[in-house]
Amino acid sequence: MTSSGIRDRVAIVGMGCTPFGELWDQGTNDLLTDAFVECTGSAGVAADDIDAFWLGTLGAGNSGLTLSRPLKIDYKPVTRVENFCATGSEAFRNACYAVASGAYELVMAIGVEKLKDSGYSGLTGIHKVGDGTNAQLSSPAAFSFLVPAYCHKYGVDPEELGSVLNRIAWKNHRNGAVNPRAQYRKEVSLEKIAASPRVAGQLGVFDCSGVSDGAAAALICRAEDAHRYTDSPLYVKGLSLIAGPAAGVIDPEYDYTSFEEVVRSAEDAYGQAGITDPRSQLAMAEVHDCFTPTELVLMEDLGFAERGTAWKEVMAGTFDRDGELPINPDGGLKSFGHPIGATGLRMLFECWLQLRQQAPPERQITTVTEGGRTLGLTHNLGGGPGECVSFVGVVGTEPSE
Amino acid sequence: MVAGIVSWGVYLPYWRLERRAIGDAFGASAGRGRRSVASYDEDTSSMAVEAGRLALRPSGVPTPGRLYFSTPAPAYLDKTNAATVHAALGLSPEAGAYDLCGSVRSAWATLELASLAGERGPVMAVLADLRTGLPGSVDETQGGDGAVAFVLAPEGGVAELAGHAAATDEFLERWRVPGETGSRQWEDRFGEEALVPLARSTFDRALAQAGLTAGDIDHLIVTGLHARAVATLKKALKVPADRVVQDHSGLIGNLGAADAGLALADCLERAEVGQVVAVVEVADGADVAVLRTTEALTGAQAARRQAGARPVAELVEQGRTDLAYPVFLSWRGVLQREPPRRPDPERPDAPASLRTEGWKFGFNASRCQVCGFRHLPPTRVCLSCRAVDQMVAERMADVRGTVATYTIDRLAYSLSPPMVGAVIDFDGGGRYRGEMTDVDPDAVTVGTRVQMTFRRLYTAEGVHNYFWKARPVADEGDDQGVPT
Repeated sequence: MTSSGIRDRVAIVGMGCTPFGELWDQGTNDLLTDAFVECTGSAGVAADDIDAFWLGTLGAGNSGLTLSRPLKIDYKPVTRVENFCATGSEAFRNACYAVASGAYELVMAIGVEKLKDSGYSGLTGIHKVGDGTNAQLSSPAAFSFLVPAYCHKYGVDPEELGSVLNRIAWKNHRNGAVNPRAQYRKEVSLEKIAASPRVAGQLGVFDCSGVSDGAAAALICRAEDAHRYTDSPLYVKGLSLIAGPAAGVIDPEYDYTSFEEVVRSAEDAYGQAGITDPRSQLAMAEVHDCFTPTELVLMEDLGFAERGTAWKEVMAGTFDRDGELPINPDGGLKSFGHPIGATGLRMLFECWLQLRQQAPPERQITTVTEGGRTLGLTHNLGGGPGECVSFVGVVGTEPSE
Repeated sequence: MVAGIVSWGVYLPYWRLERRAIGDAFGASAGRGRRSVASYDEDTSSMAVEAGRLALRPSGVPTPGRLYFSTPAPAYLDKTNAATVHAALGLSPEAGAYDLCGSVRSAWATLELASLAGERGPVMAVLADLRTGLPGSVDETQGGDGAVAFVLAPEGGVAELAGHAAATDEFLERWRVPGETGSRQWEDRFGEEALVPLARSTFDRALAQAGLTAGDIDHLIVTGLHARAVATLKKALKVPADRVVQDHSGLIGNLGAADAGLALADCLERAEVGQVVAVVEVADGADVAVLRTTEALTGAQAARRQAGARPVAELVEQGRTDLAYPVFLSWRGVLQREPPRRPDPERPDAPASLRTEGWKFGFNASRCQVCGFRHLPPTRVCLSCRAVDQMVAERMADVRGTVATYTIDRLAYSLSPPMVGAVIDFDGGGRYRGEMTDVDPDAVTVGTRVQMTFRRLYTAEGVHNYFWKARPVADEGDDQGVPT
């Protein structure tokens, strides 16, 4: 695959992110409006200054009208984007390319999802029925396949791996507890996590991300124009989106301990960004912790841990907020829930705060303030083990050269 | 009736309900023994498919050009249920498929029709029943679920018809208005008075036609839903008691429309060449057939053994007996169980189901003719070598597989949670992710061996969504064992 990327050609100059949660009193239009207003405000621009829009949503609405109608956008291009759980990141990626192409000067990527109005548990409505032969497995069930497979391959005792998964949940809730935008803002004890009722396979309630509503937005302009809007832009270093042939679900060679799509997209994004050792070069990563075993496997797929060792690194605290490489310092999907269209942009929002040292002191990561690292990664995965789309993006505060 | 049988298959579901469980629920006695129970994902059509597969399995069984399906508990009205069975058995598109549904007695007519049609070419007759009744009723405790299939052909029949006779009378003994949960019956003794004399005279006429007497009969089968009349007839027909074929209703219940077929299959498994078998069925009259087994019987019995078929005498003994009565009632739709907080499943689309008929009903994979990679579901582009439209269909229904990984899904919609999901790797290649059934969730492991079974996943907007699931196999040479 050839992808030369657009390293340092575009920059994020403004962002907005609503609190995520069970927002019974806010509809899709409210969420979009809040994210939009915060985002434009942060860059000091008006709606009229924005040339084009990319709206990411899985199900909040179809077409660009979902955004242009509530925001009363004046006859501008609005593209609605969907790519499973990578929807928000996909809106961002396409918006970046539009600027890099020279077609527009200032664009917005905005994502929204209003999940709580459905009244159902977990995510629903992704698959069409068709001939009715698709397995009706729930998402936690699909991801729970990872657990016995990982144990089997690396000889980890299932109970021990259970403790590893519990610690991932504990870590993300601990991060979310100090984040006012998170859906869940309480620490949860390891005992409580361990005792939660089973949902699928070995996964309990606390192994699953929440279900919430939310929206987030980013303003993107040409890198050379960035300082017109802010003193501290975030430069886009690499963007990769991979859709695989869905091989794992039909190929007996696949062993359910890795996401090939993630491996490929990380490789691609690192190549674009010039990253050779992500664990030491990145200041932080926001990864798609839809379920705790997903985060475990991602640590290896993204190159943060050697194959078969992520479970030890988790226990050693490597990925804690004050660890060697903070993972999901904002609390992750675990604390935020997963309003699909908004999630990727919410992750970017954490990079926006942390890399620019604008996170509150109690949760500002020291890899930036003391370690001097400047790069952050966001990652989404849509689908499940064996058949998914994966997004990896890298942003940073310093332009190269 | 039933001349020309060349093969048969008997399907009894995995589950048994102890009659004591019913009695305990009502604080009364419901008798001893147990009944067979179609699982939440089975109906008469799916059970007919399983019986049909078993009948087609022995080597040398000719491919049926007609399929006749009979049940008093059809999954659909108006729509032909036999078409579903036909598709799942992978029969030729040029084979006719017909229902004979409604009364229990239609099953006899089905065998008679198959016997006549079987003189022109190979045909299959499948009899299935799913007996139910109001909670605590005799029908509920004494009924059973199952299916029996016969293949009949012009050559190689295991029995010749020596004599047959029928009688009909109009009287109100057992009836049900469509849509009702249970049948109604007139007073027991009235039915006995009406049925027994009819059956006796019919039996005498059939014997006379065959030029035989009661003493010439080696195996006497008497079946019918009227237990009292059946019991009386077993003595009244003057056939020595040791020649009366023992019924298995104590262990599996009375299979209704499939009961005579079950008894006949059971008898054919044990009969010897040149013996006389008399079949008597009482239902709104009486039907009698007198058969004489032929030399072909030995070969058919051997072919069945070779194909791993379990004899009826063993099938009735097995089955899983820890079914709770409330769960049984929820399967029957009598007790509505709280569903998970998930959307109701949607009905499958008719055009999509037709387009993928070979997959949905026939469980056909596509195998790449360039590199040999097997795809489930079938695809046009090869995953392994990317060749386009180089595929050949391959039926996977009888290919076994191994569980690669699995999960117990407590969130997914299921008529009987939890759903057991598994990734299955098939012998000879191919992977499929789907549901397991007839399984103890605690007993599944990576490496569990499975075989495929045709099931009804759910019903939405009146559409039954049929597809295949995996179930554990007891041992390698055997399709019908229940793992212990």
